[in-house]
Amino acid sequence: MTLSVIYILWLRQIKRYFRSKARIVGSLGQPLLFLLAFGFGFGPIFQKAGQGNYIQFLTPGIIAMSILFTAVFSGIEIIWDRQFGFLKETLVAPVSRLEIMLGRTLGGATVATLQGVIVFVLSLFVGFHIYSLIALPFAFIFMFFMALLFTALGTAIASVLKDMQGFQLIMNFLIMPIFFLSGALFPLDGLPKVIEVIVRCNPLSYGIDALRAALSGVAHFGLLNDSIFLFVGVVVLLFAGSFLFSKIEA
Amino acid sequence: MNIIEVKNLTKRFGDFVAVDNISFTVEKGEVFAFLGPNGAGKTTSIRMMTTLLAPSEGEIILNGINPQKDQAAARKSFGIVFQDPSVGEELTAYENMEFHGVLYKVPKEVRRKRIEELLKIVELWDRKNHLVKTFSGGMRRRLEIARGLLHHPKILFLDEPTLGLDPQTRNHIWSYIMNLNNVEQITIFFTTHYMGEAQDIASKVVIIDRGKIVATGTPSELMKKTSADSLEKAFLALTGATIREEEASPVDHLRMGRKMYHR
Repeated sequence: MTLSVIYILWLRQIKRYFRSKARIVGSLGQPLLFLLAFGFGFGPIFQKAGQGNYIQFLTPGIIAMSILFTAVFSGIEIIWDRQFGFLKETLVAPVSRLEIMLGRTLGGATVATLQGVIVFVLSLFVGFHIYSLIALPFAFIFMFFMALLFTALGTAIASVLKDMQGFQLIMNFLIMPIFFLSGALFPLDGLPKVIEVIVRCNPLSYGIDALRAALSGVAHFGLLNDSIFLFVGVVVLLFAGSFLFSKIEA
Repeated sequence: MNIIEVKNLTKRFGDFVAVDNISFTVEKGEVFAFLGPNGAGKTTSIRMMTTLLAPSEGEIILNGINPQKDQAAARKSFGIVFQDPSVGEELTAYENMEFHGVLYKVPKEVRRKRIEELLKIVELWDRKNHLVKTFSGGMRRRLEIARGLLHHPKILFLDEPTLGLDPQTRNHIWSYIMNLNNVEQITIFFTTHYMGEAQDIASKVVIIDRGKIVATGTPSELMKKTSADSLEKAFLALTGATIREEEASPVDHLRMGRKMYHR
């Protein structure tokens, strides 16, 4: 394991991110729209139902959403990259697949976390209040863990797919359900049994719950449960991603 | 001395035999052309020789190393320019070189010196701090060649390095490569569809068709054998004039998508 190799792969992802300003701005459109439309649209009803301020509830969910999408995309980019990018170059270099996977995943996760932080800062202008300054660093840690988990998931998916044809399938049958059935948009109390089971199997639910605990001071599953499930998810997906990535042929 | 030895190499994808029991040798310092129509098995063979794909059967020895057994050592002994461009577009020319140097663990001092040397050779030193996405196809190719040489490989693989380039750039690129071959004794292993290129520069030619080797020799030997006055005619005499039907692979889908995307 060579740190300089992992570092330069990480660095490449970071440089790439900061050099495509249009992409940074573009990818903020969706979370901002969700935050404004849902936040202010459902706000009054949420309040009437006795659940308090909806922006306060929704913001951690939207931060998690932008982390989820950015992270999965940066993993899935591998499909492209292994034919027309850098990745092909690294695959014939005298470095191990594990190093490549770790460098790329850490880079992708850092970028996704940055994206989450930007959405967080924007939400402050929309009316979101953090509940405690001391808990704030934990929020960033949870964001990074979520980012790591879903970048590894993207890597695992990209290692199995041969071209971009399966991409829509993955988006609509995996990534969208992960987002919508996670408690990002609605509270998890009193859900129908089926939905509740799905939500409980979804790693994003625990990430959002942990983030909500750190930012807004409320948790459904409890912070300990959240941390455990999130950590286990990260470990499992990093292993799965590394394994599948080590099998790819270019 | 043989720097590349390929013995009974075979690659099957399901029922399809892409490379069918081929054997050949390449001498050190040789300029070796690996020719064949589309779908003949050229790129598949190169992928196996460069550790990207495991052979179904047979053996490869590169610079005395079996790439199956000692991947890292084999990888250090060759440089490659792929058929599809593989430079980082959002990085500068210098950063691309630097990245390669770190991956191949070239020590910092040596790396700096060689990057400057190589970028000057391919005439990109003035543009070293420009992003590669502003480069033309020919400039990217030159950068890829410079990059492939950074770790001082014994063998340079070039998979259709001049595809889609104008005659000026093609001539330029080949003269660099031939100079390297003369001065540094680097073995050149290349594929191309331009038979003129192979006729002019190759010291040995192997023609592969439908996964099998159909002819081996110097360009003049092949021309004599088929009583043709050019390698192109000899090639057609050996492989037939029919156009090969090939089904689009996932890679072709990506390639088509890329063309649309980069218009």
